[in-house]
Amino acid sequence: MTNEAPLFESRGLSKRFGGLQALADVSFSVRRGEILGLIGPNGSGKTTLFNVVTGIYRPDGGAALLDGREIGGLRAQAIYRAGVTRTFQRCRLSTELSIFDELMIGAHKDLDLGFMANILHRKAFRAAFEEKREQARSLLAIFSAELAQRMFEPIARFPMIDRRRIEICRALISRPRLLLLDEPSAGMTHDETRQLMDDILETRRGNPELAVVIIEHEMPVIERVSDRCVVFNYGRKIAEGSYREVASDPQVQEAYLGTRHGAAA
Amino acid sequence: MSVTTRNGMRDRMFAAFALVATTLLCFAFGRALLTVNDERIVVALLVTLAAGIVLAERRVTRAPDSALVRGAVSTAPAAVLLAIVALILVFHANHFALLLICTLLIYVTVALGLHLQFGYAGVLNFAGAAFFGIGCYTAAVLTQLAWLPHPVVMVLGGVFAALIGLALLPPVLRTRGHYASVVTIAFGVLFTTFLEINETFGGAQGMHVAGLSLFGFDMTRNIRLSPGVTLSFYFGYAVVALLLAVGAFALVTRIERSWIGLTLDAVRLDETRSACFGIDLARWKIFAFCLGNFIIGVAGALFGMLMSFIAPPNFSFSASLMLVAIIILGGIGNRWGVLLGATLIVLVPERLQTIQEYRVLLFAALIVGLLLIRPNGLAPRRMRRYFGEGSA
Repeated sequence: MTNEAPLFESRGLSKRFGGLQALADVSFSVRRGEILGLIGPNGSGKTTLFNVVTGIYRPDGGAALLDGREIGGLRAQAIYRAGVTRTFQRCRLSTELSIFDELMIGAHKDLDLGFMANILHRKAFRAAFEEKREQARSLLAIFSAELAQRMFEPIARFPMIDRRRIEICRALISRPRLLLLDEPSAGMTHDETRQLMDDILETRRGNPELAVVIIEHEMPVIERVSDRCVVFNYGRKIAEGSYREVASDPQVQEAYLGTRHGAAA
Repeated sequence: MSVTTRNGMRDRMFAAFALVATTLLCFAFGRALLTVNDERIVVALLVTLAAGIVLAERRVTRAPDSALVRGAVSTAPAAVLLAIVALILVFHANHFALLLICTLLIYVTVALGLHLQFGYAGVLNFAGAAFFGIGCYTAAVLTQLAWLPHPVVMVLGGVFAALIGLALLPPVLRTRGHYASVVTIAFGVLFTTFLEINETFGGAQGMHVAGLSLFGFDMTRNIRLSPGVTLSFYFGYAVVALLLAVGAFALVTRIERSWIGLTLDAVRLDETRSACFGIDLARWKIFAFCLGNFIIGVAGALFGMLMSFIAPPNFSFSASLMLVAIIILGGIGNRWGVLLGATLIVLVPERLQTIQEYRVLLFAALIVGLLLIRPNGLAPRRMRRYFGEGSA
């Protein structure tokens, strides 16, 4: 039960775009079952970190370790198979597909894609389909009974909060070990955000081993859901610790308020 | 319990009614389209067809769960098949009508190959006519070998089309969207140029293709069944073309209703998202491109035997554009749209002889006009149902 080694470790990850150092020597780790809040001003490199960790970008330096195994620089497909999934800041859902279809994209590694299994053995395919349908339904039901009921309707019919839920379910259905949430509250009201965070905490109760990294701008949200925080500014990690420690850190306040000696208390 | 059985009874009655009605409608329509000589009536029929499809499509989207709609949609494949079989039987001695039916079915098959590539995987192939031509030329060369059974020749036509298509893959996979299409345009142009200057395949004069013979039936001659009944030599071609079209349609349907179809959609709709969920983009584009070219090549081999003579202009870039027009006109990603688009594009120039010279102009106007009114084609794609109508 107690495993000292962290689930995920970033060792000096760096990424440069031309003259811009988007990530500079970033090191931190995430433990099993932990929710880590990742905060920082716009453009501080949070999403870039997600893109590097999930294989959309190749790191220029450093290492990303999942369970001690190097995943930095692998293709996105391999990183997904290793157990890292994510959501996107601006929802990447195909709105003409049904909720079920979108979830099955998330379940790609569990699908049998053989030509025979799909085209000729339709009875076996039906059994596989029915199993997946129940799996998708029970996962959606954690977030919303309505979504579970309307699983075969196109995503275009659902509001933003439901789309966020669908994205999170798509990331969860393959039972990842590390879940990266990129600003799940963007474009939602306070009430909706609170509901969504309840749902996220609820899923963690069912998955005590799942580690979550959440990028968030709303401080009350971070305070409520995160066990620990990491703060970025200009591509560097400037602070790490509990929400309270981080919030009272003068460097963090400076990064957010932009004053050198402002708000002295 | 009794309510559900009553509903089941009602559903079956609606389905039976829809089956009979659709079959009769399609048959009457096809018969009229093939036999009426007054071109104004032909135009009226084609307009009615397009309007009817648009109305039917609207009804299906508005009330997808009404018993009649479900009955009509679930029996539609059987009804269309029955109607075509009936047409082939009725016109068993009519060369011209059978030739049109054959051509139509072959174009449907080709368009289904393109539909798999573009409608599902998003690879727009502007060299459809070139792959069709590879099938034709394979037939021209291989039918010279008397010992090779013709079904094998047809399969090899598909195999060669798929194999030669492999050569296109490196640039197609390295580029995205429109740029990949430009690669296929270049290939299409190269293909006709190569045929014109290369004397091995008859050069610009073209090549003769031996007629199809199957299981001892030589399909270059009429078949006398009895003193009163003589089958046109096109009859056998019509049967083979129908089998081919039905096979391609069934294959494409099964693909759409499976994890493979879903994966192809994912590749087309968002590559970054797909990569983040483990989908091997290259693998699925290769799958769709090769399988599509295979289908196109098999249809090409049959077409070569049907025509008995082929020449490079048949496979030019503008012929490829006609094929792409079929799927755009019908509705990208909709199998039924393919059927509809092929009907319009094959029959219009054949039945309206007076406008033959203007046909490219007419097509252009038709497509521009249609896309203004219905940007997604006559029959836009519907939601995937893994097990047909009524399944959840």
